[in-house]
Amino acid sequence: MEAPKYVWEGAIPLQIHLHESQVTTLPPPPPALILAPRIGYLPLLAPLIKPYFSSTLPPGVDTIWFDYNGLPLRWYIPTGVLFDLLCPEPERPWNITVHFRGYPGNVLIPCEGEDSVKWSFINSLKEAAYIMNGNCKNVMNMSQSDQLELWHSVMNGNLEAYQRVSSKLKLATVDDEYASLCLQKSQQSVIETDLPAQAKTGRVPVRLYVLSVSKDFDDLDEIPRVDSWEKISYINRPVEIRKEDKCFTLHDALKILLPELFLDESLMNVKLGGVDLEDAVRNSNEDVTSDKVVEDQGQNVCKQPEACRISSSAKIKLIRIQGIEPKLEIPFSWVANNLLNPDYFLHVCVCVKVAQ
Amino acid sequence: MMDVLHWDGTLSAKDFRIGAFAFAQKWESRNLAFPPWSWLPCPKHPWLAPPKEEGYLSLEKICISRPNEEEDIDQISQIDTGEEETCCSGNEDVLDDATLVQSNHHELHYCDFQIVYSSTFRVPVLYFRAYCSDGRPLPLDEIEKELPACSSKELSKKKWTFITQEEHPYLKRPWYKLHPCGTAEWMKLLFLSDNANPKFEVVLELYLLSWFSVVGQVFGLRLSFKISD
Repeated sequence: MEAPKYVWEGAIPLQIHLHESQVTTLPPPPPALILAPRIGYLPLLAPLIKPYFSSTLPPGVDTIWFDYNGLPLRWYIPTGVLFDLLCPEPERPWNITVHFRGYPGNVLIPCEGEDSVKWSFINSLKEAAYIMNGNCKNVMNMSQSDQLELWHSVMNGNLEAYQRVSSKLKLATVDDEYASLCLQKSQQSVIETDLPAQAKTGRVPVRLYVLSVSKDFDDLDEIPRVDSWEKISYINRPVEIRKEDKCFTLHDALKILLPELFLDESLMNVKLGGVDLEDAVRNSNEDVTSDKVVEDQGQNVCKQPEACRISSSAKIKLIRIQGIEPKLEIPFSWVANNLLNPDYFLHVCVCVKVAQ
Repeated sequence: MMDVLHWDGTLSAKDFRIGAFAFAQKWESRNLAFPPWSWLPCPKHPWLAPPKEEGYLSLEKICISRPNEEEDIDQISQIDTGEEETCCSGNEDVLDDATLVQSNHHELHYCDFQIVYSSTFRVPVLYFRAYCSDGRPLPLDEIEKELPACSSKELSKKKWTFITQEEHPYLKRPWYKLHPCGTAEWMKLLFLSDNANPKFEVVLELYLLSWFSVVGQVFGLRLSFKISD
């Protein structure tokens, strides 16, 4: 499989400026040019960045943080995701600002260096494991040395080492053959035969980041700068892949995550996947509508005329995963297996144009 | 109706809302020592009015300072004067670390609690933040001093897997969070150990109360009634 290799080798060229309030020498230091791995996290770059600026910093204790056009960057979001989300029109190099003082603790979670980043990663991995396997015992019970090896493989971008250790976690991935089955339309009946596997697999951990833009645009460079995290909604919701006669595509997955934005379609097309199986069993006497969201959200959407009106003017303008704008017809299982981050989450950035 | 014997200890988002309302009601009628929980709707996404059932519970300004000496009784009755003093002296910039440590001795600490549904773990998750009477936020090592011994022991043993600071899913600000990965399992045990094999409606009715009677102990909060009531 080539795709994970590309994901792991993906990097963002950064041009890092020291914030002017921390420049104590003349002339000010030139910006640092650093290639940041997409799957990495900004605070991990500290040892690379520090030497560029250490001689000009005012006295004090270092607490490193970054901003982009004044927006404090959340360090626990992978660097590639930050870039996809905040730079719809890719800016290369990406000009961001580093601060070593004045940590904005009221808006940003404190970061105690590598340890904080590592545990944020492990906790995210735990969450993904829970979604995929129904428990996170394999992550919790990982030996110290495996845990360290896993973390170092992520820090160093060593895919081979990562695959060796992470395979011990036995995190069920989505059936790979499914993608090929999708392509062979003649073999549709075969799908019916592996129902047991369906019960075991098929919950995909997704972190969806939705940037709302109120101004319509034709070109990506017309998208206004993101000046506040208020404009970004996160949706952490597992997507259940259901095996049906037709291939479950990225489009189907987005419909489950953002049913509001597909209302017109879903009213016409009732045959959709994504029913939460447990809920379906539990509420078996209820009429389980086909476009029910995994976590019930949006269930009543169609009954609310107001919601329909809002959604008809809201429109998905851009979808980016690992820097790619994937076609919506791609089988979701391929996306889930190939474009995921090392924390086993699929991070999806969506830009939505909303009514003013 | 679902068979509780085969239940995995989790709730759907809809169940959570039902359970949350039942909990808030029971709390209000029997826990007179505490203020009531309020149900807050989740903030609206710009592209959609949220479905009415999405929200979370909030309980504000609960004193977590534990009386450990007789003087504490006096302290509690002095809440108001304490606050006034801080307001009058008011100039926060003047406070340096040294005075902060000193004032800790007399100052009362408060906690805001929020119960948020996790769609990953399919259980309630407790978020909290702590602050002094003048609103200054308390860092975790200060909060730790107010917790019962068993909690602070747990905290030092599992620095990163018991309580961590994370972004509040709705308020988008740093809050402390009690890790939920074991919740479903112990909730299941809690109900199955009861020989009665209750109906799911009954489980739902008592779920958050049972849950909070366990997680509340982290803060030394003891509920004044029994689960089986």
